[in-house]
Parts: sequence; C-alpha cells; structure tokens
Amino acid sequence: MPDEGVCAKINIGIFYIKKDFKAKVAKLISIKEAINLIKDSSTVMIGGFLSCGTPDKLIDELACRGTKNLTVISNDTSFPDVDKGKLIVNKQVKKLIASHIGTNPETGRQMSAGELEVELTPMGSLMERIRAKGAGLGGVLTPTGVGTTIADGKKVYELDNKKYLFEKPISADFALIYGTKADKFGNISYFGTTRNCNTVMATAADVVIVQADEIVDCLDPNEVVVPGIFVDYIVARDESPAKSLNKVLEAEK
Amino acid sequence: MIAQEGIMAEALSKEKIREIIAKRAAKEFKDGDVVTLGIGLPTEVTKYIPEDIDVMFQSENGLLGVGKDQKGNDIDTRVINAGGGYVETRHGACFYDSQMAFIMMRGGHIDATVLGALQADSEGNLANWSVPGKFTPGMGGAMDLVVGAKKVIVVMEHTSKGQTKIVEKCDLPLTASGEVNLIITERCVFRVDFDENHNSRGLILEEINPVFTVNDIKACTGAPFRVSKDLKEMDI
Repeated sequence: MPDEGVCAKINIGIFYIKKDFKAKVAKLISIKEAINLIKDSSTVMIGGFLSCGTPDKLIDELACRGTKNLTVISNDTSFPDVDKGKLIVNKQVKKLIASHIGTNPETGRQMSAGELEVELTPMGSLMERIRAKGAGLGGVLTPTGVGTTIADGKKVYELDNKKYLFEKPISADFALIYGTKADKFGNISYFGTTRNCNTVMATAADVVIVQADEIVDCLDPNEVVVPGIFVDYIVARDESPAKSLNKVLEAEK
Repeated sequence: MIAQEGIMAEALSKEKIREIIAKRAAKEFKDGDVVTLGIGLPTEVTKYIPEDIDVMFQSENGLLGVGKDQKGNDIDTRVINAGGGYVETRHGACFYDSQMAFIMMRGGHIDATVLGALQADSEGNLANWSVPGKFTPGMGGAMDLVVGAKKVIVVMEHTSKGQTKIVEKCDLPLTASGEVNLIITERCVFRVDFDENHNSRGLILEEINPVFTVNDIKACTGAPFRVSKDLKEMDI
C-alpha cells in the first residue's frame, strides 16, 4: 500500500492522492451515492447520442430509484428499454428538451396524451444553448429555425442582411455524463463517437457526475477532452474493485 | 396525372425509383467534398459515388470519415453514425463532439448535404420534419444542416400517393426557408435559382428522365417552372 492520505473512502474501495497535493480532486463515489444527490423535480442533463456515450448505469439507478418530476435535457430519448428511454417509460420525466424523439415511441405517446411536455429544439441550437450557459453567455444568435415554427415567440435580429434567432441558455442542476477514461482530477478522455454532447453538458450544470468505463490515476494531458475543473464526481461503470480501483492503485505504485 | 401514375407504376418499381434518384444525386459531388447525408434514401447515395472521386462523409454525432458498416461478432458499440448504426472509420477520419459537429454543419464547412423531403417548393423552402396532427419525431440536426451546408440537395419521389411533392409554397411546417439548391426526383432535376432580374426564386427544369416529356413533368408538378435552355436527359 503506498504511503498516502485517503481522499475518499467509499463502499467500493479507497481512492488515494498524494498528501502534498493541493489541486482540486473530483470525488470518486458510488453510483448509489451519486443518484442520492438527485431529488424529485431536479433538472438533469444527460449525455449520449442514442445509446452511444450514455452514462447507462447512472440512468439505470435513477430509473430504479423512481425520482419524479424531472426535467430532462438530452439529445434524444434513446429506445424504450435502454438508458434514457427507461426514464420516459417509468414516467419520471415531466418536461423534456431534446432534438429527436423518434426512436422511442413511448415519448411520442406521452407527448400526444399531454402527459409529457416536450420542447423540440434543433440539435445545433440545443448544443449552443447549453454551451452558452457553460461559457457565461446570455444566449445565442443562430440562423437555424428562421422562417420556421421554431421561431414562434422568439426575437429575430437582422445583422448584415441576415436573420438570426435569439435562443436562451439552458442550465441544469445535474449533468450525468459519460467518459471512456477519467482520472482522479476529473479529466476525461473519450473513444470513438462517445463524446457527442457529454463535453458541452459538463460545463453547464451545477453538479457534474461522470460515469467512466475506466478510472486511472492520471491521464496523459494530451488525451484529455473534458478538463477536470468541470467535474464534481466520478463513478465507475463497473463497480467491482477488480475493474475500477486496481488500475488506480497500480498507477500509484 | 392519374394515367401518368399508372404508366409510372408499370415502368418503375420502388427500388428502381430509389436507384435513379440516388445515382443522380451521387453525381453532384466533387473530388474532396465533405458531405452530410440524411437518413433513408439519401444514405443510398453512398453506393453510387463515382470511382474517380473521393468524398468524406460527415455524421452529426461526431465522425468525419464514416466508413463501412461494422460486421461480424466483434462490434465496437462506441463508433456509430447518426442513424445509430455501428460503422467503421475510413482513412483520414476524425472524431469530435456535438459542438464541433454543428460548427461544421451550421458554419458553412460542409460542401453538400442530401436530404429527403415531404415537400419542397419553388422558393427553395424545405419541409421534412413535421406533419401537423401526426407524431413528430423531431428535427434532429436537419435545420442546422440545411441553413449551413454550401449546397442543399433534396432527393424524393416526385409524387406521394398521387399527390405532387413539389409545390408552389410548402403548407407543411418548414425545416428551413429558401435554402434548397437542387431537387432530384426519379422524373427530373430542378435547380432553384433567382430569375434573370434577381427578383425572385423559382424552379428551373435542368434535366428530365427520357421516359417523360416536359408536359408530363408539368402535369405532375405543383409549381410553375422555367425550362432550361440546356435541358438535358437525366444522367443515370
């Protein structure tokens, strides 16, 4: 065992940092502890494009817990029997802001029946609205949606003979995001097309929780896609110590 | 028009119609183009890219350089296209996040997009995301893509259930206003462009499937159009 201080002791093991290290460290917690933070009526951003790059175990726990009246901000509602789709099927969502719901018929059914409020937003505008919040901007001027029903009730500005819609920022209480690898500083790296909206959502919520496939001591700075300063909590997708923690301990040696 | 539909049904199967449209659309690309395709018929364009040009396909979920579908038992679920299919990457590919994807799409960095449509009109308006009273799956990235791509190519069957899909003014909710450059159907190709005085946009019949006459096209098109001086046979 290395001679180091204990950062956080949790039910899946012990996460070590060097005693003399003063930098902010994202807290490694269990999936259950993470979902405990989310109360009824919270606003939750959820990363992923369909099921790719989705924090599936965090969502499973949220679905299992039955937390109600959620406002969910996500690109889509996936499929009825997996990840984001389960929250819809369980009727845990009161309002949804998304760009596409076609892959989950239950979302459409609840919307038509008036059980679920759905705000359909062009995907690019959705991303920029989230980014605006994360970047401290008061909104976005976008040509997307000008001359369509998306512009209803929104201000249109004409600049240099081109029309733009004013879109407001979107914030959330929580962001549940995915990472392929995370280190104890909260830095995240990604494989393949799993980045999608995870990166921007990391910047725009009060509390950001990343579910990582693998947790390491320290990522190569060249690999980092989401800087750790945005991340508050890390959970391991596979909570068996053999998968998650040994790698951290190995790296420490 | 009804008689025309009858001839059409005998002459061209659904598969043949799709093949004609996809083949013709594939001829719109230049070597080195970056192209984003819609789902469905537009995806079939990839089958007919001429061998002497190299085109990179962009997918809004964060991949430039979409390759073949992944096959076999060892599928990596971490690499998908915008339709959710598991794909390979090609030589020169890169991954990025959704913000970067829409910087490309909205910011004018995509050379061409090919999209399906419910309706397209003589002013270059496109309706392809919503039918009032019916379930609307959402626009996804289509609205951003249509305002941002350098060239917007609409591919669709000329008619649906005997009704023309090319109209004077779309009555379905718009995806974007005045952004369409080209409409390709199994019967003809229309360019959407300004008239000689640059006053208003309109349709110009550029190519025609030799099975049809200009009068046939008039009979099955819900908008007035000019016939190009250089009217050609559709290159299929």
